[in-house]
Amino acid sequence: MHHSIEVYNLSYKYPDGHQALSDVSLKIEPCEKVALVGPNGAGKSTLILHLIGILTGQGEVHAGGLPVVKENLSKVRARVGLVFQSPDDQLFSPTVYDDVAFGPLYQCLPPDEVRQRVDEALTTVGMSGYGQRVSHHLSVGEKKRIAIATVLSMQPEVLVLDEPTSGLDPRARRSLINLLHDLPLTMLVSTHDMHLVRELLPRMVIMDQGRIVADGSTEQLMEDEALLRSHGLEKP
Amino acid sequence: MHIHFLDPFREGDSPVHSLDPRVKFILVVSFIFTTSLTPTGAWPVYLLLLSLVLSVEVGSGLGIGYVLKRALLALPFVLAAVPLVLTLPGDPLFTFTLGSLTVTITQPGVERFLSIAFKSWISVQAAILLASTTSFPDLLTAMRAVKIPSLLVSIFGLMWRYLFVLADEALRLLRARQARSGQTDRPGLKPGGSLSWRGRVAGGMAGSLFLRAFERSDRIYMAMVARGYDGEVRSTPLPALQPGSKLLLSASLLLFLVLLAAAILFWS
Repeated sequence: MHHSIEVYNLSYKYPDGHQALSDVSLKIEPCEKVALVGPNGAGKSTLILHLIGILTGQGEVHAGGLPVVKENLSKVRARVGLVFQSPDDQLFSPTVYDDVAFGPLYQCLPPDEVRQRVDEALTTVGMSGYGQRVSHHLSVGEKKRIAIATVLSMQPEVLVLDEPTSGLDPRARRSLINLLHDLPLTMLVSTHDMHLVRELLPRMVIMDQGRIVADGSTEQLMEDEALLRSHGLEKP
Repeated sequence: MHIHFLDPFREGDSPVHSLDPRVKFILVVSFIFTTSLTPTGAWPVYLLLLSLVLSVEVGSGLGIGYVLKRALLALPFVLAAVPLVLTLPGDPLFTFTLGSLTVTITQPGVERFLSIAFKSWISVQAAILLASTTSFPDLLTAMRAVKIPSLLVSIFGLMWRYLFVLADEALRLLRARQARSGQTDRPGLKPGGSLSWRGRVAGGMAGSLFLRAFERSDRIYMAMVARGYDGEVRSTPLPALQPGSKLLLSASLLLFLVLLAAAILFWS
């Protein structure tokens, strides 16, 4: 069995010369749920964009068992579902249905199967019946769920979420946590929400200034308050 | 995560950079007027204007190559003047037949076209020079100082400010689409979808970008109102022009006038 995500000695420099990642290595087993924490600008989002080859740096990245290289990109993108921080970016189609159907339609699946996958994905996130709604008019919590449905409809192996709870009210946040808890997928969640980490993600990876500075069980790392504080984090 | 948008401004400490932006703005605008009002075929005057702009390019430390490369951008617009070659009456240079059509290229037509092309090339260089040696906020101040309607100036300013935000937003949308453009492991299915479907998706993206820009403008307006905006843009008064700048301004304007007068006297 292959690892869900493997990153070896990845370094990346933005075109303006800013070193965003330096020598990052990371392995995630299938069905592991991992938190990616660290201050703003630590390189979390940059790392995530490397997992599906939107950015490419020096080093080796494997996702869903495939090396992330040009020839594999479309397969990798079907296996790794990336949910962006702002649901508005994710939802670019006129209706909710169109958005959730985008992935399967792009894969040219037969129409019946597309419909079935959209229904399934919307049901999983508890939004069935929203298909014909205009995503523009939904609440942030609803948009977030739809955004997750848009990648679930591709039936990915790994779910990567960037700041899933930002901007949510407590109830929406709670129901999102429950939803993520019940999904039987490998998960990598970049977040500042330490409560979410403690509750949902047994493993924690701390990044700062483009490097991984700690990687271990959430329970243990949460106890090391000095470590958390030195990287701009707080014990919940 | 920002798009690396091209800001034409290049830092520098040349005399051209440190010149008062108001003076620079007036000089460039009057230079462009002089160039465009110079009659057709006044080649010696064109060469003088060109050498003027080239010497400022050298003086600004930008280098001639930098400006010339950018000036190529203006080339496609010159095409609008191509019909002149065929339509202006005068001595035919040569004639050829295109099917049942007889096309005559006239000498005044060619001369007019070349003049227009040359003049626009010089003017674009002057504009590039201005934009590369003056930061955009300075440029706005200069526009305000020469009494361009303040509403127009605010629109330029807001446009400049939010162009980057909008470009970032478009980039994020494109990334989100890219992230979901996958291929199944099932054999025989080629990813991509039909052309019309992809067109519809792109249309949806453009639509939502527009909607968001529209909503953002509402929020920006509210934020402005919240801080006391009442439709009137106020700015701190500018210091008076230095005597040196004044002298440079009047001398250059006089030079332009003389050039223009000579050109009109001898060539029209």
